[in-house]
Amino acid sequence: MSVQTIRNVFSVETGYRLSDDQIVNHFPNHYELTRKDLMVKNIKRYRKELEKEGSPLAEKDENGKYIYLDFVPVTFMLPADYNLFVEEFRKNPSSTWIMKPCGKAQGKGIFLINKLSQIKKWSRDSKTSSFVSQSSKEAYVISLYINNPLLIGGKKFDLRLYVLVSTYRPLRCYMYKLGFCRFCTVKYTPSTSELDNMFVHLTNVAIQKHGDDYNHIHGGKWTVSNLRLYLESTRGKEVTNKLFDEIHWIIVQSLKAVAPVMNNDKHCFECYGYDIIIDDKLKPWLIEVNASPSLTSSTANDRILKYNLINDTLNIAVPNGEIPDCKWNKSPPKEVLGNYEVLYDEEMAQSDGTDRDLRGRPGQPTGVKGSRARDSGKPVLTTWK
Amino acid sequence: MQDPERGLSLTIARVVQRLQGSSLHSQLERQARVSLHKPEIKLESLKEDIKDFLKTSGWEKKLQNAVYSELNVFPWPCHPAAPPEHIKEPLAYMRKAQGSWEKRILKSLNSMCTELNIPLAQKRPANEQKELLNKWNEMGTDEPDLSLFRPVYAPKDFLEVLMNLRNPNYENGEQPSFRNHLGLIQVPLKVKDIPELKEDFSELGLNIGQLGIDDSAQVPPEFFENEHVRVGQKVLAEQDSAAAQQYVRQGCPTALRADLWALILNISNQPEDILYYEQLKSNVIQHNLLVDSLIYKDVKLTASNDDYYFVFEDYLYQVLLCFSRDTSVLEHFTYSSATPPKSYIQGKLGMEEYAVFYPPNGVIPFHGFSMYVAPLCFLYHEPSKLYQIFREMYVRFFFRLHSISSHPSGIVSLCLLFETLLQTHLPQLFYHLREIGAQPLRISFKWMVRAFSGYLATDQLLLLWDRILGYNSLEILAVLAAAVFAFRAVNLMEVTSLAAAEAVLADLSTLKVMPLLQIFLFATVT
Repeated sequence: MSVQTIRNVFSVETGYRLSDDQIVNHFPNHYELTRKDLMVKNIKRYRKELEKEGSPLAEKDENGKYIYLDFVPVTFMLPADYNLFVEEFRKNPSSTWIMKPCGKAQGKGIFLINKLSQIKKWSRDSKTSSFVSQSSKEAYVISLYINNPLLIGGKKFDLRLYVLVSTYRPLRCYMYKLGFCRFCTVKYTPSTSELDNMFVHLTNVAIQKHGDDYNHIHGGKWTVSNLRLYLESTRGKEVTNKLFDEIHWIIVQSLKAVAPVMNNDKHCFECYGYDIIIDDKLKPWLIEVNASPSLTSSTANDRILKYNLINDTLNIAVPNGEIPDCKWNKSPPKEVLGNYEVLYDEEMAQSDGTDRDLRGRPGQPTGVKGSRARDSGKPVLTTWK
Repeated sequence: MQDPERGLSLTIARVVQRLQGSSLHSQLERQARVSLHKPEIKLESLKEDIKDFLKTSGWEKKLQNAVYSELNVFPWPCHPAAPPEHIKEPLAYMRKAQGSWEKRILKSLNSMCTELNIPLAQKRPANEQKELLNKWNEMGTDEPDLSLFRPVYAPKDFLEVLMNLRNPNYENGEQPSFRNHLGLIQVPLKVKDIPELKEDFSELGLNIGQLGIDDSAQVPPEFFENEHVRVGQKVLAEQDSAAAQQYVRQGCPTALRADLWALILNISNQPEDILYYEQLKSNVIQHNLLVDSLIYKDVKLTASNDDYYFVFEDYLYQVLLCFSRDTSVLEHFTYSSATPPKSYIQGKLGMEEYAVFYPPNGVIPFHGFSMYVAPLCFLYHEPSKLYQIFREMYVRFFFRLHSISSHPSGIVSLCLLFETLLQTHLPQLFYHLREIGAQPLRISFKWMVRAFSGYLATDQLLLLWDRILGYNSLEILAVLAAAVFAFRAVNLMEVTSLAAAEAVLADLSTLKVMPLLQIFLFATVT
């Protein structure tokens, strides 16, 4: 079901009620996670809450940066936070920022700026905008551009990971093992002259597809296992495991952040496309979450991956190929997981917090993860045992 | 029979000659001189004290590694009176065959040259030099018109030549019949059988831990993996080439592989090595060679389309263009059956004073050559180190895969080994495939020539190349090829054409190399 249809299904006006044997592939207010501005809002709120309750997760370092929860680049809403943004911008005037329209996808409408003059129109007291009301000015988010991405073969890339959520409360989510890296076809350069060249900076396949060098055999995509092999060989096993652990951590935290506000309708499940960028210090950053990740394929390998993805997703969401019953306990048996593995299961984490059935294979999640000491002591960040 | 004493002293003399004047030699001298200031060095026992000092400071180890490296690379001298061509290749008919093959390649290159009216080598104009320097890190984005260039030869052309090799002294008196002309290779070289291979590759046995088998997710790491990693770290700490070579027979942990391979190949990336690479780079900038276009074409046809290696396209140019200009590679021709092609300055044909080797390193690339470099990009991201590792791998192993010789690791022996293993242990399969016109070697040849690069998944390929380094031999390629056929035997028995057989064996990317090898060598009922 598309996002628009979901809006209709759940809208108060239509009065449509889903019956027990109907399961849909979106949560009614998924946009809390998938709209760029709301995601950032929710994460900021979540962090403040944890800080208020004194949770060790919200610990900050000497510069006031969160140690464990700093995974979204500094972001502001425009035009609402314009002045806050200007203050931040002036602290680092040579930095580059990326402007993204809140409601669009596939890289549409994105551009980079490195001068305040380039975003004059979003200034709240802008004299040029005369009497345009706030709502008709399209909402944008502006984030600090990560200009030191990890490069492989001199090329920039980002990670696309698929995460299936079957319920938010208790949180139960699965990560697809076969994510992929999307490479830019043109060599990355932070030089300002190339700021306008979208082929250098944006990794969306929708954009790269039109570059001269786009290759239809591999589609500029690498499997995550290739990435892992490369990083282990060139950087070592510990830092690679740490990186992957941090990526899992980010995903779970982002889901936890929106869990309280999500309408946990029992008819719903959702498969999100997470976009993550790794910088050259091997720190992962969450860029955005997509509600309708592209299920079209650009290469033969891609088609197989997407086919399996859909297959495995449906196997988890609707067990045994039977008529679905939304009242089931949403705990699929291990065999149907396919290429998914359990990322976090809140129920299991709470019930047997001491049950560590993991053998020590960091970074290769098998079975229950997240037996994290939520209420006692410091969380072990690097290993999920 | 060779007097072992004599052989040993000849070898020692040769190693001394090779290492004399090398940078290691001058470093050792410098270290010895520096040590004179140390209190523990006393005049009365000068020689012993200096020796002790070199031992404790790790310099003796470096010398040991250098000597070990020389022993690995150069063959044992057969006889003090043996002429140099015997060191290259003892069998006369092989030398002749290699010579005529080379003539053919050179002719093809020259005709391409005249056809396209491009000189073999040309100095670049200044603005072009500047442009290339700017573009050095992204030559992949260049789109020169390569449509008129063709690779000089492809593996299947080479196979045709090997099939026609005959030993003129060999007359077995029988009519060519089914029994003695089963396979494509018709020369009587000695190849090992499974009992001998089992002995040689004993570390791959069933009761010995292996990476690639005993590190899978179902096996607790305490059984083997953790200890193996610990031992590997120790080997690296000791910086001992010989120990490293023994260690990698059981596979390298991914995090240690880059350093272990560098240790075995005795590559240390000293400042002078980096300088040498920079010099090669400036040679590339200044002169344009015809082979450059061949390299571009090859990369664009192979690595750029590969799921694993497309990312490293630019590194491949940086390595291969420099490789073509590296005259130090010419040294390997003393023990290779091949001879570098010569070219003459325009107008001075036949006059030796005006002869140069072309390309400067004497190696003409063929279709798929760039795949030798591609897997190494997963291990080394620093261009000069990547370059040196590749060069050393080439002059130790890869050159044997595209020259005609009787060496046990040469491609001819590998082909014969493959065919013999298959005939002996899977006779029904072999017979069937031959009957339908699908000679097994026609399918496996390309795997072996490329050392399986581009056919296996990268992590599996690296496990395979671990063993090549560990055993200092390419025979494992033939064993793996036979093991693959054994694995897919059931499907292959059902096909009825060469095309169908190719289809069954088209995709090796899901294969796990080590279990296949282990089963074939140690668990097949013979």
